[in-house]
Amino acid sequence: MKSNKIFMEYTKNDLINFLLLMIISLLIIPITVKSGYWYSSILIPWLCLALASIGQQIVMGYAGQLALGAAGFMAAGAFACYNLILRVPDIPFFVALALSGLIAAAFGILFGLPSLRVRGIYLMVATLASQFFIVWMIDKFGWFKNYDSSGIITAQDIVIMGKSFTSPLEMYLVIVFVVTVLTLLAINMARGSTGRNWMAVRDMDIAAESMGISLLRTKLQAFAISAFYCGVAGALFAFTYLKSLEPVAFDIKLSFKILFMVILGGLGTISGAFIGAAFILLFPVLLNSIGNNVFHGAIDATIISSIEQVVFGVLIIIFMIYEPLGMAKLWDNIRLKFKKR
Amino acid sequence: MTELLFFVEVVVAGLLAGTMYSLVALGFVLIYKASSTFNFAQGAMVFFAVLAFVGFMELGLPFFLAFIVTILLMGLVGYCTERLVLKPLMNQSEDTLLMATIGLGFVLEGLAQAAWGVEVRRLDLGIGDFPIQWIIDTFGLFVSALDLTAGLVAASLILGLSVLFKYTKMGLGLRAVADDPGAASSIGIPLNNIMLLVWTAAGVVALVAGMMWGARAGVQFALVDLALKALPVLIIGGFSSIPGAIVGGLIIGATEKVLEVYIGPYFGGAIEGWAPYVLAIFFLLYRPEGLFGEKIIRRV
Repeated sequence: MKSNKIFMEYTKNDLINFLLLMIISLLIIPITVKSGYWYSSILIPWLCLALASIGQQIVMGYAGQLALGAAGFMAAGAFACYNLILRVPDIPFFVALALSGLIAAAFGILFGLPSLRVRGIYLMVATLASQFFIVWMIDKFGWFKNYDSSGIITAQDIVIMGKSFTSPLEMYLVIVFVVTVLTLLAINMARGSTGRNWMAVRDMDIAAESMGISLLRTKLQAFAISAFYCGVAGALFAFTYLKSLEPVAFDIKLSFKILFMVILGGLGTISGAFIGAAFILLFPVLLNSIGNNVFHGAIDATIISSIEQVVFGVLIIIFMIYEPLGMAKLWDNIRLKFKKR
Repeated sequence: MTELLFFVEVVVAGLLAGTMYSLVALGFVLIYKASSTFNFAQGAMVFFAVLAFVGFMELGLPFFLAFIVTILLMGLVGYCTERLVLKPLMNQSEDTLLMATIGLGFVLEGLAQAAWGVEVRRLDLGIGDFPIQWIIDTFGLFVSALDLTAGLVAASLILGLSVLFKYTKMGLGLRAVADDPGAASSIGIPLNNIMLLVWTAAGVVALVAGMMWGARAGVQFALVDLALKALPVLIIGGFSSIPGAIVGGLIIGATEKVLEVYIGPYFGGAIEGWAPYVLAIFFLLYRPEGLFGEKIIRRV
């Protein structure tokens, strides 16, 4: 990779990792995985939610602002994308996607304003306002839903350069492209001066301010970029996974899920977002298949989902006590142990 | 005149509904005062407690026995929380503790549903959710009996807790622990007992709040979302003040009802869902420490 002022210098290891991941996601997976189930039920939602987790990671893991409203921004992004494609003739999909991210970012700045005055649980309550307000607004003003009374709107097909991407594999490739670009950007920001400012604010905001870092700029920037990621993720989530748009899909439960992905995956790491999203998404699948195959459906589905909740909760407590940096750190530790030998 | 009467009715209904928020907020304040922990799981405790109570009733226990058994169970929950969650996290940052209690909330919700199922239960306290004839006759106001009971129960709980904290030896110890746990334990105040007492008290408050809500809307998972509204109440009232929890609850209850009735129809209704949070944001801008909270002083 050519390095210039925009992109940071990458080490050889980074390059190898990047190429390896690209080969796996663009060659090995499309060749070996044939069943649509894997794409539409596992890979696509995983990548979408991982993208949203990166957004949550930026505001919470890097900038240290306890926010709980990722799903609200996802809803904003999803409905912005729907309306842009519906109302602007011939808008290219990626332009619509980027614009919906920007619209979500505007909401992010608006609801990030309280972060200038408060922190911790106070901020969490303030960001909850965004969650409830955005979903309510979309639900109550018919314009956003194009006056559709059924409550469920089918998402438009993704059309790029005249070709429509509708099969699971095609949609997967679109998402891989978007996620790759945005993840690289996020890694850049996190390693660069932007990320260092965020972390300085996270670790001690008063000290950071006295070093000349503008709290206003840094915090709002984190909120805006976080909401941008969530917005894009929400649009992709609605267009490729849900294939429909309904405000209910973006309720507070999804916000909690994304929060858990970040906490369990590991605060302050981009890889943590991917690991956490994979875990939160796959664990229920695993639990269900155990329920079906080992106990042959003898356990009620509601009991299984309750167990799932208990396990997530217990894991969060355990991680908070023993490894506050989450699974990403755990993975690092294991790798280091093997390297030593 | 009827318009004014209607307004008064709306405000009164809001105030009385607000006492239910106050009850949840009260449990929050108790734990915050004693251990400086934002117990995010208080909402889940409400759900857990009332579901347990209904579960024991279904097993055939009489009302009072079920009540006692549930309180013992909540004491046990508090004991386990103290031992397994808060002790190991001593001296960690507030945010870490908050995240741990979010996890605790999920554990309680999951356990409650695994043990007692997810279907909506009816809870009959023998108090109807209908207007009292006597008040209609004298004042011409429609006030629900259940609302009024909730208000009275909340008032007596607060009175009881205030007396407990102010005039008993246990309460004195609790205030000492809240001030400085290290100093308190070094002069021989039994930290563990105090914590157990506080968590049990929070459990009792959670149970009462859950019973009031359950009698109105059925015992169901939606209680957890309703309980989230205790957070804006706390921001308005201040996290460490019992009167603050009450006043905050009343303000939120009355404001959201008035907004819903008078402004809601222009926007298609259901603004109750977010109005408390926006109200809290405005409060944060002017008084981040809340109406009755202690001034927040941060040092580098």
